[in-house]
Amino acid sequence: MIFEGTVHTFGRDVDTDVIIPARYLNTNDPDELASHCMEDIDAEFVKRVKKGDIIVAGENFGCGSSREHAPVAIMTAGVSVVVAASFARIFYRNAINRGLPIVVCPAAAKGAKPGDRLRVDIAAGTVENLTQGKKYAAEPFPPFMQELIKRGGLMKYVKSKLAAGGKV
Amino acid sequence: MAATIAEKILAAAAGEAAVRPGQIIEAPVDLALTNDITGPLAMAEFEKAGFDRVFDPQKIVLVPDHFTPNKDVKSAGQVKKMRDFAHKFGIEQFFEVGRMGIEHALLPELGLVAPGDIVIGADSHTCTYGALAAFSTGVGSTDFAVAMAWGHVWLRVPESIRFVYHGLPGRYVTGKDFILDTIGRIGVDGALYKAMEFTGEAIEAMSIEGRFTMCNMAIEAGGKAGIVGHDATTAAYLASRPKGSHARTSGRVLASDPDADYAEVIEIDAAAVPLTVSKPHLPANTAPAEDLASTTIDQVVIGSCTNGRLEDLRQAAEILRGRSVHPNVRAIILPGTQQVCLDAAKDGTMQTLIEAGCAFSTPTCGPCLGGHMGVLAAGERCVSTTNRNFVGRMGDVTSEVYLASPYVAAASAIAGHIATPRMVAKAASGKTAAGRGGRR
Repeated sequence: MIFEGTVHTFGRDVDTDVIIPARYLNTNDPDELASHCMEDIDAEFVKRVKKGDIIVAGENFGCGSSREHAPVAIMTAGVSVVVAASFARIFYRNAINRGLPIVVCPAAAKGAKPGDRLRVDIAAGTVENLTQGKKYAAEPFPPFMQELIKRGGLMKYVKSKLAAGGKV
Repeated sequence: MAATIAEKILAAAAGEAAVRPGQIIEAPVDLALTNDITGPLAMAEFEKAGFDRVFDPQKIVLVPDHFTPNKDVKSAGQVKKMRDFAHKFGIEQFFEVGRMGIEHALLPELGLVAPGDIVIGADSHTCTYGALAAFSTGVGSTDFAVAMAWGHVWLRVPESIRFVYHGLPGRYVTGKDFILDTIGRIGVDGALYKAMEFTGEAIEAMSIEGRFTMCNMAIEAGGKAGIVGHDATTAAYLASRPKGSHARTSGRVLASDPDADYAEVIEIDAAAVPLTVSKPHLPANTAPAEDLASTTIDQVVIGSCTNGRLEDLRQAAEILRGRSVHPNVRAIILPGTQQVCLDAAKDGTMQTLIEAGCAFSTPTCGPCLGGHMGVLAAGERCVSTTNRNFVGRMGDVTSEVYLASPYVAAASAIAGHIATPRMVAKAASGKTAAGRGGRR
């Protein structure tokens, strides 16, 4: 998977309450959730974001609540991949489970500016800042996560496991 | 091989002699929990995947608590989806308004969690049950949906950080002050992916309620779990539970080995921990309560999954007894469960709080996440015993949340600004003296 898009930057500790405020969680309709994505931290984000764009953030992206509505809102808003210095653990699980590509790459996250063009190669584990002419190595996923991603997410992984006889 | 309590529980669950941090295991789930925010999304995924049965209806718990009593038509629809799902799949542990509680107050109270259990919940504060020496952690909707079908969860064995609280805390200093102070020391990602193990003399002396509060907020430091070893306090609490979860504890792993490996050991002088407040907009943004007396407030919330147990409400009542909530302040009490309501009604706590001018709510997460029952207007400030003070968390994006203990919240409600019980007592004795002086 290779993604190329325009960067939208955010700082550290971006919490799920600003990714999708709880007042909108009386639904799980993806389009409705996406229309409020990042509303409390950047009210113009949903107007600016274009299909394929890339979110770049600092440490601990997605901290706070376990709401899977957060990766759903980000994906449905058009974002192709999130690059961050680190991710909060529940968001990390949710993103993998939902099929939102995420990349841990502190150096790329630190260097990127709003409007930069980024090229992210998930398989090769590289993040290239095309605007600045710099290339970074992303942290590789552990083998188990690579397997989950390869099989199309946790649900498909477990369905095939259960179909094969149920037991692990 | 020496191991931490978290490693021992996970090894036992995975059927292995030992596990090491970083290892991925697939563990059977003793209890899986969801609520009215994460549940409907999980149920949609479960049905979309075509599953026709759940692995064990007795091990699934559904608690609509966030937007209940249903705050609007959409919320009512989400809860109805959960109710229909419960009926369809034979899940008896679906808790209706009037017989429910805030999930993390309710499950331990009912005796549904035992030491050594693996509990996952589609709610980030599922880490609360570590106070009972269980390994419990928050997950998302898909993880929960998968657990309902599979009965297992994949977990990365976490490194552990051992926190040692030496000595005993000062007057009015509670588990809430400990955990806020600790998050202030290590930051909101200071325990990212790790288990936070709470030990030391102050933890041994702490009530089970205080331990629930501490484990509840492990997630606010990025922790995967908060955990306290099993001791006489745990045993006494479990023995008093209606479903007798203590019966499942025999032979379970209950404590860390003394020579276990930790990623870090952090030693804290309990006596030096102040009454602590987390300022906007991060739980790690801590300061002593007495340094914030110039901060005027509009609302106080006392309760929630963090501080909504009977001990918490009694602490608030201890400060508010015979006093009044400041004219500029709305004080809202959020009891954790129906049982807490009943106990507070029987022992006079509810009457004390109502006489002081507090609103006594039904159990709900409502105001904590800016859902309903106490949403903040633009620019308003709230002192809250809840767990998060992110931007817009309790209402308007320009509102502010200060996290504190029930003692500090109650004192602040009286003062109209952030205050400690001592400041309130001093102000009262000053007024009395002035009053006497005036009569002379």
